[in-house]
Amino acid sequence: MSTIAPATTPPRTPTPPPRRTAARRGSVYLSAHPRARLALLLSAPLFWLGAVYVVALALLLVTAFWTTDTYTGQIRTEFTLDNVVTVVTNAFYQGITLRTIGIALAVTAIDVALALPIAYFMAMVASPALQRTLVVLVLTPLWASYLVKAFAWRSVLSSDGILDWLLRPFGGSTPGYGIAATIITLSYLWLPYVILPIYAGLERVPSSLLEASGDLGGRSWATLRLVVWPMALPAIIAGTIFSFSLSLGDYITIGIVGGGAQMLGTLVYQDIGAANNLPLASAIALIPIVVIFGYLFLVRRTGALDNL
Amino acid sequence: MRISLGTRVTLGIITAVILLVVYVPLLVVLINSFSTSSSLTWPPPGLTLEWWGRAFRSDGALEAVGTSALVALVSSALALILGTMLSFALQRFSFFGRNTVNLLVILPIALPGIITGIALNNLFRTILGVPLSIWTVIIAHTTFCIVTVFNNAVARLRRMGTSFEEASADLGAGIWTTFRLVTFPQLRSALLTGGLLAFALSFDEIVVTTFTAGSGVRTLPMFIIDNVARPNQAPIVSVIAVVLVIVSIVPIALAQKLSGSEQQRG
Repeated sequence: MSTIAPATTPPRTPTPPPRRTAARRGSVYLSAHPRARLALLLSAPLFWLGAVYVVALALLLVTAFWTTDTYTGQIRTEFTLDNVVTVVTNAFYQGITLRTIGIALAVTAIDVALALPIAYFMAMVASPALQRTLVVLVLTPLWASYLVKAFAWRSVLSSDGILDWLLRPFGGSTPGYGIAATIITLSYLWLPYVILPIYAGLERVPSSLLEASGDLGGRSWATLRLVVWPMALPAIIAGTIFSFSLSLGDYITIGIVGGGAQMLGTLVYQDIGAANNLPLASAIALIPIVVIFGYLFLVRRTGALDNL
Repeated sequence: MRISLGTRVTLGIITAVILLVVYVPLLVVLINSFSTSSSLTWPPPGLTLEWWGRAFRSDGALEAVGTSALVALVSSALALILGTMLSFALQRFSFFGRNTVNLLVILPIALPGIITGIALNNLFRTILGVPLSIWTVIIAHTTFCIVTVFNNAVARLRRMGTSFEEASADLGAGIWTTFRLVTFPQLRSALLTGGLLAFALSFDEIVVTTFTAGSGVRTLPMFIIDNVARPNQAPIVSVIAVVLVIVSIVPIALAQKLSGSEQQRG
């Protein structure tokens, strides 16, 4: 005869029920109502972005169709197409629009050409330790002031600057201030913004895929073209969004190294500051907005927007 | 995929050369801060510590640093709150209009600064009739800082999953307790990285600031642009730039160490 000893459970002190505080009631309600949770999370940020940013952008759009009274300098809220028509049809504005887009495209092309080998080296060749060092080396220039870097290039490119000093023994000289200097400086300023997303994108390519491609007989070139490239493309496009958009609105760099040349940003700046013509400035600002939205629309299917 | 030795070496050389070129202008700034020439002539005719002494006694520069730090601090704090809320909403829920909200967060950084600048200038001055001040700068900066916090927080939330939070809830913790003891400690370093980036972005911003700052407000970039073209001030600006790069190494190293120890990228 055997008795099974009853399992000895230590006496448990029951957990006291949570006190019915307001915080607790809120917690219980929110746990049971995910939609309320979502609404609470979205309310403040959406109010901020909506009330401040979207409203401001929409009003800018509206202002482009108003006009400035030439005598009083006050804005007259009458609908007119004058500003927009001027900006679209006037040869002066067309020329500057084309120049601005050209500069932005050149800067983007240069940055992608420079960023691809670096990002590829960082993600695929460098050891983990070297990789971390390179990330720091790429990031550090970002923390130097944008203005200081632009002025550094003004100093580098000046006729008694370091570039001229380096090139003179070989019979070369600095390109001086102008469009070329602007393209060089902007490419320099935005390069880290292009390297980082491409590097992050390449690093996400799993090595097993590369091995699989090799096992299936893919040569390096075929692997690069058929495996790496399609996976890297969204990241590359994400990088181009930065360099393209940042260049498109620039007026400071071209002011510093442009030698008097103008971009769309210069015109907007002048129309707001000296000319006090906000409607015309708004109409000019519509050009980069339309171009960038067009670009974002073109690339939205590639998944680039998730790589920003 | 095997990368041949030749390709590796070539890529390494290209990387080294580009990084070298990237650092040349910064080096020029460093040397100019010691140059006896006040107009940035190369090579420097002589070396002096005069500018360093003057920079640290320049009231305008110190005041501008203070203003910039205040703006960056408040903007990144606001961006931390708003960006974290948005990251939870977009990562943990799926709802109608989610992609639109996502685009809305990216937009202030995807559109050129001058557009954000004049849009806000127009909103404050023409439409609302609010006088420009340091607060209008902070509102503007917060708007484009949200995205850096958001990006870092979303990436972390995606990796975290929800199992710990569910376990916490099963064990009886309410949502506040779960957030405080389970979610936040996992999210902390990502928020720090995002906050640092937001701070840096705000500290260096000039375009949006120009259009939203009241007449008495002068941030460091505004001080720089006012002074760098003046002959006797340019070397002082070089000193400020050098100090900023040196100071910035601290947060970069910190962020890098954090992300390195947790095997994640910001």
